[in-house]
Amino acid sequence: MTTARQNQRAWVEQIMGLPISVNLRGPGLTTPAVETRVAAYFAELRRIDEIFSTYRPDSEISRWQRGELTLAAADPLLGHVLALCDRAFVRTSGFFDARSLPDPLGGATRTDPSGLVKGWAVERATRQLPVGLGWCVNAGGDVLVTAADGQPAWRVGIEDPSRDGKILRAVTLRRGAVATSGTRHRGTHIVDPRTRRPPTGLRQVSVLGPELLWADVYATAAFARGGSALEWLAELDGYEGLVVSADGRISSTPGWPIA
Amino acid sequence: MRRITLWLLSTVAITVLLFSYRTSTMGSGGGDTVAVTPANNKSNNDSGGSTAGSTQTGTSTGNSTGSKTYEGSVAQTRWGPVQVRITVANGKITDVEAIEYPTENHRDQEINQYALPILHDSVISKQSAQIDTVSGATVTSEGYIESLQAALDSAHLS
Repeated sequence: MTTARQNQRAWVEQIMGLPISVNLRGPGLTTPAVETRVAAYFAELRRIDEIFSTYRPDSEISRWQRGELTLAAADPLLGHVLALCDRAFVRTSGFFDARSLPDPLGGATRTDPSGLVKGWAVERATRQLPVGLGWCVNAGGDVLVTAADGQPAWRVGIEDPSRDGKILRAVTLRRGAVATSGTRHRGTHIVDPRTRRPPTGLRQVSVLGPELLWADVYATAAFARGGSALEWLAELDGYEGLVVSADGRISSTPGWPIA
Repeated sequence: MRRITLWLLSTVAITVLLFSYRTSTMGSGGGDTVAVTPANNKSNNDSGGSTAGSTQTGTSTGNSTGSKTYEGSVAQTRWGPVQVRITVANGKITDVEAIEYPTENHRDQEINQYALPILHDSVISKQSAQIDTVSGATVTSEGYIESLQAALDSAHLS
């Protein structure tokens, strides 16, 4: 299909239970070299999913959870991600806690790094994308972009949690990430670690910053915090937040870009 | 053109009022209605069409760069007067600012610090409406097909 804007091309695949779209901008988008790089991007995500999927009984994370696999014997990425989870726990004062999540199959709590793996993997795999082109990756609403020299910046719309298909605000980004947490599409899947219950007080939190891994972790942690999210976000170095409260009020940290 | 501008102006004014309303009441019961008071209608030389149905009027001034500013009427709200000014160049709003808004208490000032920049952005971005991608709460595989992101991607799938 030839499109009106021929210098941009999109690919979409479903991986990790998410729609993941890659948009590239620049010359040569139909060349085999570009196809190969995009295929490598999705292949890396599928490989990470094979290690970290808690839905697959034979994944390394599942075998490790059952005590059938030691970290020493597992793929080094497993230990790397568990260390990132610990760092996220510290950076969020415990509001991002991958080590004590309720087991969906019932029973005791367990370690589940899924909430961190998505952002980390989507970001890590971008090293596969063609050098010199602009790209925009969107994984289920979490966004990471790079604009190449001579290409326009990417315009990232923040979804309005109260109105279907409407944009609350937009930011113009040449390089960076925007992650959004909320209850809109999946219902509540975040737990306040203090109460072990879904957080109340906020409808949506978006975080803007240099890395998708941390924008995603901070958005999740801020959503879990509820009412005090904005004050906490304002103290983060290099990251800004936009918060929609349960009653629909919109507020942002002072450094959130105006346009 | 003038009608459209006036319509935008009234939309802007009403948006300011909604912000004032939503933020200042802080959930203390709804039901208040806000009256929008028409200002003096200084006729503009590009006025050609009927303004039937318009409840909002404004004043405008031009400048040497070809852009024009329009001031909305002062709307009296429970929390004080609100008035906005928009700048229009080549038929597009290039700026919007509130030139009068409630500042009587600390809470108002705190709210306006956030609400006014947000208003500014939403008006400008909605009219240009050029969005490449959407950040939202996690979209599932099943929900993707109906999402705005799917519509944006589909324009570039090959």
